Parts: sequence; C-alpha cells; structure tokens
Amino acid sequence: MTTLDEAPVQEPSIAQTPAGVRVAGVDRAYPTRRGAPVAALAGMSLHAARDEIVAVVGPSGCGKSTLLELVCGLQAPDAGTVESGPAVLMPQRDLLLPWACALDNAALALRVAGQGRDAARDQARPLFTDLGLEGFEAALPHELSGGMRQRVAVARTLLAGKPVLALDEPFASLDALTRGQAQAWLATALEREPRTVVMVTHDVEEAIVLADRVVVMSPRPGRAIAELEVALPRPRRRTDPAVVALREQALLALGAPT
Amino acid sequence: MIRAVLLVAVVLAGWQAYVDLGGIDEFLLPSPTDIAAALSDDRALLWRDFRVTATEVLLGLGVALAAGVLFAVALHLSSTLRRTAYPVLVASQTVPIVIIAPLLVAWLGFDLAPKLAIVALICFFPITVTTLDGLAGVDPDLRKLMRTLDASRWQTFRRVEAPAALPGLLSGAKIAVAVAVIGAVLAEQAGSSEGLGHLILQSIPQFATARSWAAVVVLSAFAIALFGALSLAERHLAPWAHRSEGVSR
Repeated sequence: MTTLDEAPVQEPSIAQTPAGVRVAGVDRAYPTRRGAPVAALAGMSLHAARDEIVAVVGPSGCGKSTLLELVCGLQAPDAGTVESGPAVLMPQRDLLLPWACALDNAALALRVAGQGRDAARDQARPLFTDLGLEGFEAALPHELSGGMRQRVAVARTLLAGKPVLALDEPFASLDALTRGQAQAWLATALEREPRTVVMVTHDVEEAIVLADRVVVMSPRPGRAIAELEVALPRPRRRTDPAVVALREQALLALGAPT
Repeated sequence: MIRAVLLVAVVLAGWQAYVDLGGIDEFLLPSPTDIAAALSDDRALLWRDFRVTATEVLLGLGVALAAGVLFAVALHLSSTLRRTAYPVLVASQTVPIVIIAPLLVAWLGFDLAPKLAIVALICFFPITVTTLDGLAGVDPDLRKLMRTLDASRWQTFRRVEAPAALPGLLSGAKIAVAVAVIGAVLAEQAGSSEGLGHLILQSIPQFATARSWAAVVVLSAFAIALFGALSLAERHLAPWAHRSEGVSR
C-alpha cells in the first residue's frame, strides 16, 4: 500500500484473517485544531464471520465511516485491534470517473491490478448482466440514472475481488423506490457470489432487509450497544411482519420513537 | 455569437461616424475603413511580421505548457516542494513584465530567446495554477477507494488525477493564450527588428497609424483564433468537464 502525502497514514497493524472481520475494543480519536481530540469510537467491537453480511446502524456522527476506514486499513486504531481480510471500500457517493464508460468504471480495479483493457472489460461484462446493466456498458456516468450509477459502483466494488466489502451508506443518495431496487440487486449479487460485508447505514429497514446481523451503535463516541440476529429467509419484504418487528427493536435500541 | 458580431458592428459604425463627422485626422485616429485598407495594402508586410510574432507566441506557449504541467505535477507530488517553490512562483508573477522585458533583451539578445522567455514567463503561471488545482481537487473519498484497490501512487495519478486535471490544464491554457500575444508584442517592443510589435512601433513615426491599427487587428484575430482552437480541443478532450454531474472535481 502506498501513502498519499496529503493523508499520511501509518501502516495499520492488521492481521490478515482469511475469514471475516474482527474489531475488538477499538478507540479512535481525531485531533482538533484547538482543544481536546474528538473521540469517534470508544470501545467499539464488531465481528463478521466469513461471508456474513453485517449492517451497522447508528445516529449520524457516531463514527460509522471511521469504522469502515479501520476495516479497510485506511487508518489505524488508537487502541484495540482490527483484523480483516483484504477489504475494498464502496464510498457513499458512486464516485464514478466521469470520463470513463460504465464498463471501464466497473473494471477499474482490474486495470489497477495490471490487466489490459479488453481483458478487464471481458471480465466485467457478465456482472453487467447480473446487475441489470446490460446495454449500458458504453454509457458515460452522466448518461445513467442514479440507481444505475450506484449499481456500476457495486460492480466496481465486487470486481475488486476482495473477500471483504466495506459499504458506506451505499444507497443513501437514492430515492426510496430506486433504493429498494438497488438493494435487491445487491442481495442477488451477494447470493451468487458471497462476500463478507460490513455495511454502514442509517436506514434501519435497509439493514434488516439485507443483513444477517444488525449492530446498533451509540451516539459519538460510537460503540456497539445492541445486536440483532436477522434469521429471516431471503428475499425479504420490508412489509413482512417479522421485518417490521425487528425494525422496531432496532429503533428502540437507537432510542428513536417508533 | 450573433450578438457579439452585432456589438462589434455597432462599435465600428460609431467609430467610423466619429472619425468622418468629427473630421479627425487619419494620422491621429484612422477610421475602420482606413484600417481595412491598410490591412489589404500592407498585407505582405503584415504577413511577414505576423509569422515572426506567431512563431514566438506558439513556441512560447509550448514552453509554458511543458513548464506549467511539469511544475504542477512536481508541486502536487511533493508537499515540501509545494511549500518551498509555490511562493516563489507567485512572486515571479508580481515582477512587472514591462520592466523585465528590456532587461531580458539586454541579457539574451535580439533574437528569439528573450521573446520565448517573456511569453513563457507570463503564460506558465495560469497553466500551473489551474492544473495544480485540478490535480489536488480529486475527491478524497476517491483517493481512499483507489487505495483499497491497492493502487500505487502512480496508478492513482494516471487513472484518476491526470484525467481529472485535464479540464483545468485546458482552462489555464485558454487564459495563457490571451496573455501570450500581449507578452510577445511587449517583448518585440523591448528590442526587436521584426514582428508585429516592432511594426506597430515603427509605423507610428512614419505616420502610418492605420498600419499600426491593422497590426493590432491581426494580433487580436490571432489570439481569438487560438482561444477558439483551445475551446474546440476542450470539447473533444474533456467533454465531461462541461456537464454539471462531474464527480471528481
């Protein structure tokens, strides 16, 4: 891993676990310009078994994005341990390269890994079918709808070939209808090709529809305060009474009125 | 575009009327028709001197582009260099070029070298600044994404930063062409035996004021043509930059 000069990062002490993700007793604080450092995480623990989908919900500013950057090795914890297999980050916004077509955007990781353009495109193509993007391979990002852009970003994330996916509010920018569709595409893609997923979201419903387990975080400094097992068959409907019941439980744990 | 042409037409008509009706001597202020006549009568002379000036402008721009991009990349890659050299680059722009020009001529002689130096000196700065902004303006989240894709510094530069900086580079080049022509004329007036800047100075004491104005028209037309060529290049090389949905900016 290289170090960017504008964001110096210590090489994180991540023991590469082949299976999943283990975050144990992690503290992380950021220095502020004046005054005491702000604690983002304090005593945060989280575990994701291999190929398990874990959703993390919490109030805004509870250190969710920090958690993902720790998992990806983009920062190191002040205290505690973070163990994870090689992880790829899917940022909140799609961040597609505006000059590259959808297929080339999806294949970005393959090009970075040294593949030629045609080989990379050939490898990315089947995923376009899986994600319902067939026929839009040559489209530029601005020609795609928000939901399609997000699916291209999902394809880019999957094609990185990492066992661990760190998704940062992947569908937060989409409208409710498009979000539901995008979630369904992601669920299908993960069923076909299981990965360990740590997904941060503020959408409790999204967490329950997609995840095997939901971890609820406290306000800043963030730590896990509740954990819900979602032992429901897939595909899940958001109107399913069991989903609704779990949603109320999660909201209760968050201290939100249901 | 039509409005711009109309505006120019109105200004020219007013000018013509002012000179004709006010009985202004042609040697003081030639009318647009006098200038048009000079453009036609002196075309051989204008063409000869235009080629000299155009060479200076184009070569100077070439040097400025190379230097500007090189500076921008170097400053982008090294924060030490950025802290050390950037203030010096800014300071270089506060030096009044009008005063420096004759000094450079005294140093480098009467031929092409001082002209290139002067054109390049005033042109590299906008290119450096806009390119550097483009390189540095890449979304931090995109950098993080590239790092989780195990991209090396070079790969992030090549796949993300360099294309993202292209629109900035072209904007800088557009600013540069506008000042490049001015720079070349200044350099010629500081000491030269040819070129449109020289022709302008030389024509005034010969009472050929219309010829001086004709040279100005040629210079403006040249600058506009360069600007237009760059706008065209921009649309072909960086079409995404003109859309509102640019992400990595």
